[in-house]
Order: sequence, then C-alpha cells, then structure tokens
Amino acid sequence: MSAEPLTPLSASTGRLPQGEEVKQNVASRQQRGKLWQASLLFSVFVGLLVLLLLAWNIVNDAFGGIAVQEAVEVEALTGGRELEELAQPELVAILEENLRSRVLGNLNREQPLAERDAENLIEVILFEIIKPEVVATFSLYDYLFNRAEIEAQLAQDFPRAELEFKSWLRWDFIVNPMSSNPIFAGVRTALLGTLWLLVLTILISFPLGLGAAIYLEEYQSDKIFDERKPVGRFFNRVIERSTSIISTNIYNLSGVPSIIYGMLGLAIFVRALEAFTSGSFFGANEGTTANGRTIISAALTMSLLVLPVVIISSQEAIKAVPSTLRQASLGLGATKWQTIWKIVLPNALPGILTGTILAISRAIGETAPLIVVGASTFIVTDPTSIFSKFTVLPIQIYNWTSRPQDEFRAIAAAAIITLLILLLSLNATAILLRNYLRSRRVS
Amino acid sequence: MAMKAIDPQYTADSKYALEVRNVDIYYSAFRAVKNCSFGMERNKITALIGPSGCGKSTVLRSLNRMNDLIAGARTEGEVLYRGQNLYDPDIDAVQVRRSIGMVFQKANPFPKSIYDNIAYGPRVNGWKGSKAEMDELVERALRGAVLWDEVKDDLKKSGLAISGGQQQRLCIARALAVEPEVILMDEPCSALDPISTLKIEELMFELRQRYSIVIVTHNMQQAARASDNTVFFLMDKEDRAGQIVEYGPTEQIFQSPKDERTEQYISGRFG
Ligand SMILES: Nc1ncnc2c1ncn2[C@@H]1O[C@H](COP(=O)(O)OP(=O)(O)O)[C@@H](O)[C@H]1O
Ligand SMILES: [Mg+2]
Repeated sequence: MSAEPLTPLSASTGRLPQGEEVKQNVASRQQRGKLWQASLLFSVFVGLLVLLLLAWNIVNDAFGGIAVQEAVEVEALTGGRELEELAQPELVAILEENLRSRVLGNLNREQPLAERDAENLIEVILFEIIKPEVVATFSLYDYLFNRAEIEAQLAQDFPRAELEFKSWLRWDFIVNPMSSNPIFAGVRTALLGTLWLLVLTILISFPLGLGAAIYLEEYQSDKIFDERKPVGRFFNRVIERSTSIISTNIYNLSGVPSIIYGMLGLAIFVRALEAFTSGSFFGANEGTTANGRTIISAALTMSLLVLPVVIISSQEAIKAVPSTLRQASLGLGATKWQTIWKIVLPNALPGILTGTILAISRAIGETAPLIVVGASTFIVTDPTSIFSKFTVLPIQIYNWTSRPQDEFRAIAAAAIITLLILLLSLNATAILLRNYLRSRRVS
Repeated sequence: MAMKAIDPQYTADSKYALEVRNVDIYYSAFRAVKNCSFGMERNKITALIGPSGCGKSTVLRSLNRMNDLIAGARTEGEVLYRGQNLYDPDIDAVQVRRSIGMVFQKANPFPKSIYDNIAYGPRVNGWKGSKAEMDELVERALRGAVLWDEVKDDLKKSGLAISGGQQQRLCIARALAVEPEVILMDEPCSALDPISTLKIEELMFELRQRYSIVIVTHNMQQAARASDNTVFFLMDKEDRAGQIVEYGPTEQIFQSPKDERTEQYISGRFG
C-alpha cells in the first residue's frame, strides 16, 4: 500500500483568498452579518411599535376628560358651602325645599328623611336635585393637548358644564354590576363570570389533559390485555388504533377554529345534556336559568377547546424528562406507575403547569364560542353556582364597543384593561409557579 | 394469571449467579446478538469486551430485562437466575430488577437530595421501618460505595451538585440500597477522569465480596486490571450480529487467547 503523491489543493480547484484578500473577505462577510442583524432589529421594533400603539389606544379611551353639567349648582343650594359640611337637619331642609311633594312622599315612604344619615341624604340630593350629567366625553389625547379647543366648544354648547379628568377604570367600575347608564356601569358580573369560567375550565381540562398526555406518552405502546388470547389481542388492537388516531390528530384538533368548538358545545352541552347542564337533574334549577346556557356548559366547551393544547404541552413536558431517569427508576425495581408518579411527573410539572395556564389564559379571552353557547349580553345578577346564567369580560367588551356613545367606548377600554390585568397576572402566576417548582427541585 | 416468584431460598449447585443460554436478541427484525451462552460466576467480576456495536450493552440489558423498555426488542433463549428463566412469561420484570441492579454509562442521579436518591429504591420496593433505620440504610449504602466520608455532612444536597465521579458512586450506592445480588455496569467509567475511574475500580473489588458484578468496558486495561473473567464479543461480518468469540478467566484471555481474533483485538490491531 503506497500513498498517492500530494497534489497542491489550490492547483486543482479554485483558490482561497490569500494575504491582504483575507482581511477584505472577512470584512465583507462581517458586514453582511451586520446588515442582517440590523434588519432583525427592525422587526423587533415593529413589534414594539404595535405593542405601544395598542397600549396607547386603550389608555387613550379608558382615561380622559368629561364635561359634567349639573341641573342645580351645589353652591346655589347651600349658599357656598360643600354638602359634606352640612348637618343632617340642614340636608333634610334642602330636600324639602327643592323637591316636589310627590317625590318627597315617595322618599319618606321608603324611609323617613329624618331617620336617614347624612351620607344617604347627600346621595339623594345628588340624584334628585343636582343631577350631574355627562354631556361630553373626551379622549386622553384631546384632554391633554386640545384643551383650549375643547373648552371653547364647551363654552358654546354647554356653558354651565365643567370639564373634569376622568379615569373610567376605578374601583367602582370593578365592583358595580352592569347598568345601561355608562356612568354607573361596572364589570362585576362579567368579571365574576370570567373567574368562574377560569376556575372550572382549569378543574376540568387539567386532569383530563394531563391524564391523556400521560397515557399517550407512557402507556400507548403497552398491551393492556393478554396478547396470548385472541380476545385480548383484539381489544389491544382496538385501543392501539383509537389512541393512535388521537395522538396523530391532536395537532389538528388544536387548530380547529374556536367557533366550531362553540357549536359543538351548543349541540352537546346546551342542548343534548340540558337536563344536567341546566342543573334541573340535580334539583338545582335557579329559576333564572331557562335552559342549558349555564357556566358549566361554557366551562365544558372551553375545556374542549383548550384540551388539545393542554395535552400537547403536557406531552412535551413529559417527553422532556430524560429517559435516563426513567431507566434509573425502573432499574431499581420501581413499577412503571411508581416511576411516572415519583420521577416523571415531579420533573414535568413545571412545564405542564405553565403550558396549561398559558393555554387557558389564551382561551379566557375567547368570545366566539361563548356567544354560540349563549353567554348573556346583559345580566346584572352575580353568578352563584355552576348552573347560573353568566357573561364574561370579552363579551361585555364586545357588547360595549358596539354601542355608539363615547362613554361606552371608554368603559369598554377600561374593561379591556381589567381583562388584560387578569390575563397578565395569570401568566405571571405561571412563571412564578414554574420558577418556584424548579428551584425546589435542585436545591 | 399466577405470577411466578424467584425462589429466595434457592441455593444453586451452579457456580453461576447468572447464566445465559443460547440467547438471541432482536431489535424488530434485526438480530443484534446471536447464540450467546456464558455464565457469570458468583462473587466475581465478569467483563464484557469487544468493539463498539457488537452487542455488549444489548446483552447486559438482557440480564435484567431492561431491553423490555425498548419497543420492538425481543429476547429468545434463557437467562437463568436462581434456577429460574428470567424470560419465563410469568416472571415480572420488576421482580427481576430488584435483585439484579444496574449502573449506567452516564451517571443519572435523580434531581433529589443525596439522601432521597438512596432512599428511593427501598421506598418503591415497599420498605418498612423507622426514620432512624432509613438513616442507617442510607449510611450503609453510601459507605458501601465509599462515598460516605465525602457527603455525610450534606446529605440534603442535590445529587446533581456533586462531581461526576461522586455521582457515579452515588448511583452505585443507590443500587446497593435495594440489596441486589448482581450488579450490572455499562461502561461506568467512560465519562470519568482517571482518578475517579480508579476509585470505581477499587470499589468494584470491594463489592465483589458481597455481589456478583458484570461490567461492560471498552477499556482493555480496565478489563485486564479489574475483572476475573472476560467475555469477548465480535460482530459477525455477514449478518452483523454480535457473537461470543471466546470467554474464560481474564488472565487466560489476555495472556494466551485461544482465538486469533481475540489476540488481534487485545493487542490493538483490530476494532
Ligand atoms: N435501541 C436500539 N434499537 C435498535 N437497534 C439497536 C438499539 N440499541 C442497539 N442497537 C443495535 O444493536 C447493535 C449492538 O448495539 P450495542 O449493544 O449498543 O453495542 P455495544 O454496546 O457493544 O457498543 C448495534 O448494531 C446497534 O445499532
Ligand atoms: Mg454500549
């Protein structure tokens, strides 16, 4: 065996840059990289810009100015003092002077004026005599930067109106129920509905999704029945087929448009299973509930919607547990279930929880399927059980944005902020939980 | 279905802790190992050597039915332990692995404390006893793996927070804690530095007094230094199935091999 004589490489093929060329060549390659880097940065900035615009758009509506006009000015009633400074009998006197006797009679019948406390009397005075009314609403931008114009226009149209700063997002907004008057309307009912829906959806989809994921990842290839008997073989085949249908279609299921899940929910939970979802089967019919359009129907529908994603993310988390850990456990004589329970799940848990929470928080912003399964658009009663009628924040927002008045647009923006805060805190919980579980594992 | 049990009272006349008879191992249609027959003597170290891909790990895994975990893997023939064929359909693999422990190529402690790493095996196997007794068991296992002095002050530390060599000894200690009879080791030192390797080899000599050990190694010196018997595997060029070329006392294999191929491999001219 003799080696072939070495031919110089550059003689046979092209040639590599030499000497001074190397420097130029490297410089030009680096420059190309820099160019790409700059264009990537541009994409990031576009994203950032969109985010800022979105935030500004919401804030611009949720805060701003209102022009309030009072039927009677406080000073005129009290002779220059504030209502809060007056004693109870003085307040009663104001009411008696300014209200017609029929209205007074009505009030006295509810509760005699003399027995009411000052706070209550001030409220009545505001409501019956002063009657503050929002005559115009301005966005934050206009309020801050077009003040002169606004004031000029107000002076012309509503000479008695006063311009005030208004935050539509405020504590009252959170705790007030729905109202047809945007000044008094709040998101209480919708927020409670969303919270109910959230908790129920987690309770339903988490165990189901995790269970399915464990089976698909750990047991799918196992034979449950005795392979040596024909019947056992047959059932093993059936199980194998059905689980493989699920596992191959799970990604498709997660891509099905949400409204289709809504229609499924309508057909199954609202209609077919009405006896159960309305609560009448359990003797829990609330009277307000005419049929199956209840929180539980919505939660079941939402669970169907998020189930594929919960399964997929749980599967990913389970897959990510190193198989060497499984082998170590099995090699010590642990059973498969012991290995899953004591090794696989604790290690997969952070991933499973994050995946699930993110999937569900995504779904909580869904509107379409809930409209289909019949969330109410106008209710004022708090949901009290899983069989209650309900509405949720996204539907409330949708409802308000479709009204023509500026005030509704403003409270819709405030409701959007409420929803976003809820979702962001959910996501933050997911991250904190994951970090906590991780840190506990490797200490 | 009546589950057969491995008889704990069984005292073999056989000198072998484990014996492989006419074993063929398949991965789906591919026969990775053929016609394998050899015995592993009690309280001895048996080394499996041979070029990479000749089926050493496959054979080792068949000894405690770890191959069952690989989809499509199938073993034909018999592996005898206490007079019982481990591949009898009525023998549960879980029962097998409790008595025939395994240490893997790459140290794989659980992401738990050192203490819990050791206690895991006994706990899953239904151990009953007080906290003090468990403490004692943990200490015994760690002493058995010559790790006690190094970690006794931080048993709460994660099993992942110690050096690679210590991790591998932790894995050995973990295996000892379920009181196995045979310990299988698949290239346990291949990821370790020479000093840690030496420690593990010394440890194997210690362990030999109470356990029977089977070790796969690609390191000739290690096999020559640290084993009593050696089994030499080679791949059949035609069907690519691994088979045994020669097996016997390590001294004889290394000093006067009967087969020409063994000689070539050992002197480094091959594989
Ligand atoms: N899980 C597996 N699936 C399919 N083939 C495998 C698997 N493990 C090993 N093999 C094949 O079996 C043969 C023997 O492998 P192995 O036992 O790992 O050899 P060694 O440990 O001697 O290097 C090789 O041809 C390898 O490709
Ligand atoms: Mg190997």
